[in-house]
Amino acid sequence: MSFPFFHYEFLQNAFLTGIMIGLLAPVLGVFIVVRRQSLIADALSHITLAGIAANLMLGRSSSFFQGLNPLYMGMVFSVGGAIGIEQLRKVYKHYEELAIPIIMSAGIGLSVIFISLANGFNTDLFNYLFGSVLAVKKSDVWTVFFILLLVFAFVLFLYKELFVLSFDEEQAAVSGIKGKWIQFLFIIMVALVIASSMKIVGILLVSALMTLPVAASLRIANGFKQTFVLSVIFGETAVILGLISSYYLNLAPGGTIVMISVLILLLSLAWKKWRVRKPILNE
Amino acid sequence: MSKHDNTAAVKIENLSFHYGDRYVLERINFEIPNGAFMGLVGPNGSGKSTLIKCILGLLKPQSGKVSFFGIPLNRFKKWEEIGYVSQKANSFNTAFPATVYEVVSMGLFGKVGLFRFLNHKHKQKILEAIETVGMTNYVHRNIGELSGGQQQRVFIARALVSDPKLLILDEPTVGVDAASVSNFYQMLKSLNEEKGLTLLLVTHDVGVMSDYVTHVACLNKQLHFHGNTKEFKEVSKDGFSQMYGHHVHVLEHHH
Ligand SMILES: Nc1ncnc2c1ncn2[C@@H]1O[C@H](COP(=O)(O)OP(=O)(O)O)[C@@H](O)[C@H]1O
Ligand SMILES: [Mg+2]
Repeated sequence: MSFPFFHYEFLQNAFLTGIMIGLLAPVLGVFIVVRRQSLIADALSHITLAGIAANLMLGRSSSFFQGLNPLYMGMVFSVGGAIGIEQLRKVYKHYEELAIPIIMSAGIGLSVIFISLANGFNTDLFNYLFGSVLAVKKSDVWTVFFILLLVFAFVLFLYKELFVLSFDEEQAAVSGIKGKWIQFLFIIMVALVIASSMKIVGILLVSALMTLPVAASLRIANGFKQTFVLSVIFGETAVILGLISSYYLNLAPGGTIVMISVLILLLSLAWKKWRVRKPILNE
Repeated sequence: MSKHDNTAAVKIENLSFHYGDRYVLERINFEIPNGAFMGLVGPNGSGKSTLIKCILGLLKPQSGKVSFFGIPLNRFKKWEEIGYVSQKANSFNTAFPATVYEVVSMGLFGKVGLFRFLNHKHKQKILEAIETVGMTNYVHRNIGELSGGQQQRVFIARALVSDPKLLILDEPTVGVDAASVSNFYQMLKSLNEEKGLTLLLVTHDVGVMSDYVTHVACLNKQLHFHGNTKEFKEVSKDGFSQMYGHHVHVLEHHH
């Protein structure tokens, strides 16, 4: 099969990164959604934008920052924001969700300041906001691969703990599971995945890739493992179909990926409805 | 029976707890004999859940000591020996995607330990615990699709799966219909009699409970009564208000 996709290096890079993100985002997304913390991804993506804008601003006057992949600065900000959210949740014990708008507005505020100092929008920034296949470099592929290994090991070895902590923190405490540091590592992983999804789907759409596949699988899956597996299948489908069709139809990849996720979600809702209407005979 | 026979399953000495300057528990002294089925009763807000959380180390009392099987709480490590079904268990996120099997498996996670996986033996144990509570036909159903009474049974199975010696239940029958309640108590009674499991059952419903338990404790900030069921029935003839202090709502129980 001759697929133009694999002849161009930039398309290879985008494709590889996309496949990794299609796995990473829903894997962490499942835990975020069942904890009812879907907005965390939004807060962290906006603080990541601040990091990227800071790098672009610093790049105007320093050759060091000009040569640096803005992704790294994005990650630094994202992890910082994650730590901020955890701290704020401790301060506002009874209003835990307040941490999210606080970090989110700080992220947007900082972004706007850095962007204006960097003399406004340029194509680079536009690519980060909405994603761009052309912008994916070989170094991005390796960075995302490294994060993939990290998150994979984390979820594989702490799956039990993440599961019980999402369902019932008190039960976890009584079984002698130390929830605090696992929660801390978890949010760091989320921050890293958000920063690394940026180039493909864009800041404004990252959270969609973490939550939409999960929302779709929640409707039809039975149990946690199934929710997990279906979310990854939906996420991958959206990314792969999205990248290919955006290439042939000349559309923005981020938007295409997200709209395919929306389509999958609608299909799962329709399927559920259809299933429910069918009389259940064997019960 | 076990080597712990003459040490109490739980011993509480002089325990006091306050939120800010408001005392919730005052100088509680209290023992659960090994093998007992103890009912802890008290009106709403009397500090029952707080006492349970102090026992389990989820809250730190300002003074007093707790020990399990003779081992002080701060040195106690064998958490798999203690099963706990919290009062919150009936207000969990019912949309959470977890099957009965998956919920029960959580009870083993602490015992299995970090970075390890469930093996075949564990899987067997999970199915056994589900069978003990009579939920075998629902193994792969989502927990949210079950009735309140069935969910409660699943949480009991989760607490039982690690083979605890002591099971603590905080108001497990709230939201469960009356017919299922007596079934449920009967199940607890047989766990106590047949498996020798020590039970601490918290409830504000005095009537039904006293037909099943072996010991009773009455709490309202302070401990007002502590003894076996026979003594309890003697004393309660004179009315509950003495044991609770005041503000008591006694539920009548008809045979
Ligand atoms: N987090 C808290 N902060 C302040 N007061 C509390 C808190 N939790 C419980 N209380 C108070 O402690 C008292 C005992 O509560 P609790 O142990 O839940 O009672 P019970 O379980 O017997 O109904 C109640 O008066 C309640 O209002
Ligand atoms: Mg209570």
